[in-house]
Amino acid sequence: MSVGVEAQRPQAVGAEPKDKRPVPRWAWVLVVIAVWIAIWSLTKGKDTLVLAGSDLTALHTKMAEIANGIGENPVARGLADGINVLVDWLRRLVSLPTPPSPAPTIGWLGVAAIATWIGYAVANWRIALLVAASMISFGIFGFWQDSIDLLVVTAVSVVFAVVLGFGFAIWIGISERAARYITLGLDLLQTLPTFVYLIPVVILFGVGAPAAVMCTLAYALPPIIRIAGFGIREVSPTVIEATNSLGQTTWQRLWKVQVPLARKTIIVGLNQTILAALSMAIIASYVNGPGLGKPVLQALTQNDFGRGLVPGLLIVVMGIMLDRTTTAASERAERVARGGGGNPKRRRIALGAGLAAVAVAVWYSTYDLAAAVFPKNELGSRIADMFNAAMEAVVNALDVPATGFKNAISYGLLNPMQSLLADSPWWLAFAAIFAIAVVIGGRKAVVPAFVALVLIRVLGLWNNSMIVLNMTLVATLLVMAMALVFGVWMARSHRADLAIRPILDAGQTIPAFVYLIPVLALFGPTRFTAIVAGIVYAAPAAIKLVADGVKSVNPGTIEASRSVGATTWQEISKVQLPMAKGSLVLATNQGLLYVLSMVVIGGLVGAQALGYDVVYGIAHSEYSGKGLAAGLSISLLGIMIDRVARSAADRAGTTLDTAVRGRLGKAATKK
Amino acid sequence: MQHRIGKATRLVALTAGAMLALSACGGGSVSDAKKANESKAAAAGGECGDLKIILNPWVGYTADAYVVGEVAKEKLGCNVSYVDLKEGGPSYEALKSGDGDVIMEEWSHAEELAAGIADGSAVDLGSPGNVGIIGWYVPGWLAEEHPDILDYKNLNKYAKNFATSESKGKGQFLGSDPTYTQYDEAIVKNLKLNFNVVFAGGETATVEAFKKAQSKKQWLIGYFWEPQYVHAEVALKRVMLPPYTEGCDADKAKVACDYAETELKKVASKAFMDSGSTGAKLVQAFTWTNEDQNLVAKYITADKMTPEEAAKKWIADNADKVDAWLK
Repeated sequence: MSVGVEAQRPQAVGAEPKDKRPVPRWAWVLVVIAVWIAIWSLTKGKDTLVLAGSDLTALHTKMAEIANGIGENPVARGLADGINVLVDWLRRLVSLPTPPSPAPTIGWLGVAAIATWIGYAVANWRIALLVAASMISFGIFGFWQDSIDLLVVTAVSVVFAVVLGFGFAIWIGISERAARYITLGLDLLQTLPTFVYLIPVVILFGVGAPAAVMCTLAYALPPIIRIAGFGIREVSPTVIEATNSLGQTTWQRLWKVQVPLARKTIIVGLNQTILAALSMAIIASYVNGPGLGKPVLQALTQNDFGRGLVPGLLIVVMGIMLDRTTTAASERAERVARGGGGNPKRRRIALGAGLAAVAVAVWYSTYDLAAAVFPKNELGSRIADMFNAAMEAVVNALDVPATGFKNAISYGLLNPMQSLLADSPWWLAFAAIFAIAVVIGGRKAVVPAFVALVLIRVLGLWNNSMIVLNMTLVATLLVMAMALVFGVWMARSHRADLAIRPILDAGQTIPAFVYLIPVLALFGPTRFTAIVAGIVYAAPAAIKLVADGVKSVNPGTIEASRSVGATTWQEISKVQLPMAKGSLVLATNQGLLYVLSMVVIGGLVGAQALGYDVVYGIAHSEYSGKGLAAGLSISLLGIMIDRVARSAADRAGTTLDTAVRGRLGKAATKK
Repeated sequence: MQHRIGKATRLVALTAGAMLALSACGGGSVSDAKKANESKAAAAGGECGDLKIILNPWVGYTADAYVVGEVAKEKLGCNVSYVDLKEGGPSYEALKSGDGDVIMEEWSHAEELAAGIADGSAVDLGSPGNVGIIGWYVPGWLAEEHPDILDYKNLNKYAKNFATSESKGKGQFLGSDPTYTQYDEAIVKNLKLNFNVVFAGGETATVEAFKKAQSKKQWLIGYFWEPQYVHAEVALKRVMLPPYTEGCDADKAKVACDYAETELKKVASKAFMDSGSTGAKLVQAFTWTNEDQNLVAKYITADKMTPEEAAKKWIADNADKVDAWLK
């Protein structure tokens, strides 16, 4: 390492001076693993707590009894009926024909015109154009009704999420203690696989729109609570003190100062909530939720990649449309608040003229069949066939290297690691994992790691949890390898960043169910297939975090290293990466959690273990307790990993602020 | 600023124009179409009301459901909707809550069915005419090159060839979807076969595995079943296990025989059957064969028809069978 660089490195980010810590942390981890392997070689195969697929523990039976005893609940039913009436009314208005009429009350042309007008009203003409193009694409590709259904369900869920979430956000904003408990609840809600609560939701709320809204709500609620709450708390203390000195009450402060100042962050929360709601589209279809998830699932049962990809991409289009619209709307609101936003009179005239055009379009769409029901065409079908042909070509070309790669990773990494984790006696794996967690995370990791491990042991699916942990670790290793390569590349080349970022965005929003078929065709039903599905989902977030982290390294430092003649490689490995250490830790954390969120989907493509248990529990009522236990085990693994990584990030000098922002990113897109 | 607004108006006008142009092609008015539908429903008697058919996610089931649905819509004037649900638990919950009226193809959820009958929410309507065959299958090329593989006694000889990265050194036996009836682990153990059961996890994964094994000549043995559409595309051969005898599968841990042939069932909500809807009578009367179902499934998967189109085509070609349901 060049001397100049060492001198430049700020203390807060870099490692502590060498003489203070003679043995680095990774060395301690190696020591733990060495001891682990030594004991493992003597005890392997004992006390591994393997539980066969059809076996149950007493706790599972007890949990099944409780779950099956939920029964109908008049309050939940009333709520469900209310949602049903509301969603049904909205759908009949804009998407669902009421027989004998062949069309909904307002035909497609009217709906598209209204949406376009809203785009202009809340943002600007560019957004209006984007909305119009998106709406037309829904129809042209043959999924008008499903798309508008999804919009309706998303809108209803988001309204619920905002009303409920804002209350919690304010609570978090004013009470430190509430913040702590609510955060734990949100962690659970976000890490628990959605499949787990499909059955209770169906029992309580029935199937269809109410179940879809409830599942979506459970998933879309956390981002707005976290982000809006964070925004309200983060209002500068100087401002609060200044206004306090005017003698305001807590509520006055909240409404007149904190909420308005946090408006921008709150809108970010809303934006993330909308995207989270959209990502539930497929799961909601499992319980007859209306929307674009239906054609995706239908294509999956027919092993028809192309016909699933088309509606899958339309979900991405809808995501882009809603994301850009809310972002632009918040920017506009900001400008208007500052007295900008163009000439209000002219704008009012444009809006009025637009409204007249909308009225004409709405009327016309109730009159002419072609404006009421989107005319059928073959475009979607032809594109689906093209996708299928392309997939076949790619799968054929990659078959041999793909199988080779799968085998190399499986025999070289997955199997030996699984042997160590899952064939160790449970007490050995317990002790070793705990020791590693403490070495990495420090004192703050002691309690969460211990509690999580004890609970996983109690839930009775220890062996399967270890198999899942192993897959998660291997997948994260691959994710981080990709994140380092692409992240550094993106940080160093603006052009690479521009080219790669849209692909990453698509990878994060496209539903996994869409790309399962080609991945299966390449790798067969194996753990590796599940890992690949996890990587497609997790790598984009990790790559972005690394890219942003490396990019934010002080350019002065890089200049300095160049001036002492560092090569490009030295510059990356000795300056940029070490200084972005906090981002690397966060990227690893996010990568792990994202991969973990794909465990149940992995169970559908050959990963066995906890994902399989969850799906089994859905279909067989006597196993619902085991399914729940599997879901909770996944959740506990996630919370443990998150807490350990966060305390590690704190030790690496990352501020709490960036840690929270990292979590916001997670809230945005986790499925 | 003025310039921007002008541009905006122009663009909005352009968009509106484009939308109108799109809708101008094609023709007919909404009210004409509505009248046509009204007279169709009136001609059919219009006593059906709503028919909510539960749709479990596999193609054969889709064929059952859409054929019944199209007949109900076209001949009885029912207001048909399809309720997409996983089989088992969720489907029975829907019968109970009234969100769904009928399950068209029940394979094996004896516990849920018994519970539904016990609490008065479900009725067993007997067979849709389909027989479910479950068994152990290998891809056709393998049966051709090693004909003796079709006898379970020879499986151990080939166990090594079936090994994969997932099977822990033994031969891999590919199990299927967690929601299906399977006791392959017991069969493997009790017949002392040197195999390890690996669960594919879903129908999509199982089908992809067999397709690939046939096209790339890979070794594969696994759980499969009929009726299933992929038999039309991929040759699969069944491996003979010790034949099924009454009761040989009574204790799931000690099974050492082949799977029983399953008479599939139609299960309906009791309230719906008692409602006197003409749709209920249709559902009760509906019956066809595995060949019929495979044909409709082929229309959907190989010929890429939508389920409605496929059902309509079959209905048009089989008027006699359809008429028998409506008597």
